[in-house]
Amino acid sequence: MSETSPILQLTGISKRFGAVQALLDVDLGLLAGEVHALVGENGAGKSTLVKILAGIHRPDAGEMTLNGRELVLSGPAAARQLGIAVIHQHPNLFPDLTVAENVFVGRLPRNRVRGVDWSELNRTAERLFQNLGVKQSVSVPVRGLSVADQQLVEIAKALSLDARVLVMDEPTASLSSHEVERLFTIIRQLRSRGVAILFVDHRMEEVFEIADRLSVLRDGRHVITALISELTPADAIRHMVGRRLETLFPKEPATIGEVALEVRGLTRAGVFSDASFEVRRGEILGLAGLVGAGRTEIARVLFGIDKADAGEVLVAGKHVDIKSPRDAMRLGIVYVPEDRHEQGLVLDFSIAANVSLPIVQKLSRFLVVDRAQEERLADEYSKQLQVRSTGVEQAASALSGGNQQKVVIAKWLATEPTVLLLDEPTQGVDIGAKAEVHRIISQLAGQGMAIVLISSELPEVLGMADRIVVLHEGRIAAEFGRDDASQERIMAAATGHVDA
Amino acid sequence: MIPRTLPLVRRWESLLVVLLVAFIVLGSSLSPFFLSGSNFSDLTSNLMEKAIMALPLALIIIAGEIDLSVESMLGLSSALLGFTYALGWPLWLDIPLVLIVGATGGLLNGLLVTRAGLPSLVVTLGTLALYRGLASVVLGPRSVSGWPEWFTNFGFNDVPGTLIPWPALVFAVLALAFLFVLHRTWIGRQIYAIGKNKEAARYAGIDVARMKTALFILSGVLSALAGVILTARFSSARADNGQGFVLDVVTSVLLGGVNIFGGEGTIVGVVLAIFVIGVLRNGLTLADVSPDTQSVAVGALLILSVAGPTLVRRISAARPRRQLTKPVSNS
Repeated sequence: MSETSPILQLTGISKRFGAVQALLDVDLGLLAGEVHALVGENGAGKSTLVKILAGIHRPDAGEMTLNGRELVLSGPAAARQLGIAVIHQHPNLFPDLTVAENVFVGRLPRNRVRGVDWSELNRTAERLFQNLGVKQSVSVPVRGLSVADQQLVEIAKALSLDARVLVMDEPTASLSSHEVERLFTIIRQLRSRGVAILFVDHRMEEVFEIADRLSVLRDGRHVITALISELTPADAIRHMVGRRLETLFPKEPATIGEVALEVRGLTRAGVFSDASFEVRRGEILGLAGLVGAGRTEIARVLFGIDKADAGEVLVAGKHVDIKSPRDAMRLGIVYVPEDRHEQGLVLDFSIAANVSLPIVQKLSRFLVVDRAQEERLADEYSKQLQVRSTGVEQAASALSGGNQQKVVIAKWLATEPTVLLLDEPTQGVDIGAKAEVHRIISQLAGQGMAIVLISSELPEVLGMADRIVVLHEGRIAAEFGRDDASQERIMAAATGHVDA
Repeated sequence: MIPRTLPLVRRWESLLVVLLVAFIVLGSSLSPFFLSGSNFSDLTSNLMEKAIMALPLALIIIAGEIDLSVESMLGLSSALLGFTYALGWPLWLDIPLVLIVGATGGLLNGLLVTRAGLPSLVVTLGTLALYRGLASVVLGPRSVSGWPEWFTNFGFNDVPGTLIPWPALVFAVLALAFLFVLHRTWIGRQIYAIGKNKEAARYAGIDVARMKTALFILSGVLSALAGVILTARFSSARADNGQGFVLDVVTSVLLGGVNIFGGEGTIVGVVLAIFVIGVLRNGLTLADVSPDTQSVAVGALLILSVAGPTLVRRISAARPRRQLTKPVSNS
């Protein structure tokens, strides 16, 4: 990395939304040919900064320069035109158009009769992907592509626009580990071509793998910018949270009891097959694997959302038939879904109404919901899980991600379950709240609950689980005890390499 | 329970009261008869079938679906009642029969929506035509009269000593029951949850399909009941009874503040809106405007009722009140 003047320089950027100072006096410089990580807790101002660079928000104060010239972004189109490409966490493509059409949407090459020159379009698009070193058919519709592949389409689009600044907002959030590796290869390539990359993330191991420099935002303020070699992940986390963090994964020893849930040869055609495992009271069973390996799908069958084609499920030793979430709940099996906003919460409802939703019928007398008892219950679990709110009447939508997740967990605890299925419970949750969620999970296991933990974060699985089942393409590839599991061994099994 | 939308709901209901008062003032300026007690009794009586159908429709729309077939179910009920009565069957047998047919029609709507997964807009548009068609198959173009006196008295007379028509008493009891169920019971809570986030409701163990089917059945039964009442009030069973009612019914529900996309709305709002439309139509009738021409005003209200809340929301969103939406800090 050469010491040159920044290609993109932000000076004294401030942005306020009503009473919230989202950004205050932020300075940030991006050099050509560097990967610059931007980290911070949820609500630290990362998204606002990204949106300012994307031309979605305008700063209240401060100035931006691009190549030394003052930069005023009138909108997303202006940002793109000036060579600033933003890749959002969820790619924003037209699902029914082909890859090539998406890359060149709005500027399709024309032939002599002013129609679209399809062969030219596909040739150019193919060249772009070849340059990226990626095999991708450009004539298939985007609909069927994975999130990772869709991101590559966005990157190809950015390249085709000759972007000099690439802003990536949590690009790895829904990627499996090998997809992350591929993305990093591409990022390194772009860096060597002199593209300035702003990499917004909160996974430390990724940041330290890919970034050259690191900037930390906390409460809308710029805390530090440093070369990655000058600090450790622990330093970065300390700057983010402003306090020293003990340990991320505090699974405490618990008495392992009887088998609470047993699965034998469970199969759902085309999704997963012949899954067999058991989880005991007080035990945390980790389900590891790449995204799409069938982990969520197994949980959905166990919770009665989808139906199995074959196999048996036993709860406390008895054969059961789970046809609906209601059946699962009756058997004491509950599921904290991956998608909090779509599946976990009714955002417009208060904390109390969310917590009581699964048992609202039981909380009623002569049909009438007992509001007092509802609030007591919500209050009790909110306190136990330390939900930070103005009270149980506050809308779930007003809570931060971590607190929303706690409300989802509280909702299920109120049903007094015996088996808790957790699907990516700390995804999109900031580091402070993450540690709290881990503490809660550990406590619940300690109280004798059987827990199935689905997580794409290997350190999380390794830290929390007593046993780890690894899935690969819908089949169980390996099972490890707490002591003989390692990131490498899990990864090898998850990617289909036989583990010796 | 719905802290962020409650102020909007309250404002909307106040607006309806203002609108109602405005239409009453307007009506009294159009005709000297408008403000008389008998006119109000008459006006109310004219509204009750639509009002009864609006109640279950409100729940259906809050749950994120729609039922356009209500007026045809009313027609089918009236035709069937006439047909069976003309066969010489006693009314105590005929009335339960048409209510069961109403339930069956509602069940069909419900199953097509929840089991076959078809959009309710299309399904009930289909059954809107289908049930009306069945009505004319059953009764043809004739009308059946010669009803017992107690039956027509029920449709036409007031509760003795008052100006309250009997059907209005039925509606009042139903409205109170709906108010109670929607706003106080777990059933209402589940209906809101389904309308606000169907997936989350399902993941919370709520049987979404069963609840929706139940609501369609309820709608079928009450539409059939409205058919019985209309037959009594007109002393005439006809296959085309209630034709065109769906405009007023849907408009009442949406003008009442029920969100067309589901999840929001109150019974008080719907009841107010029913009377807003009734007063408007009555005033226009007294001013010699034909019912068809009145539809210009009702249609405009319908669009306004959907555009209005959207505008209100946009205006409140444009003035960010962040203290309500500020995320609670984690650290």
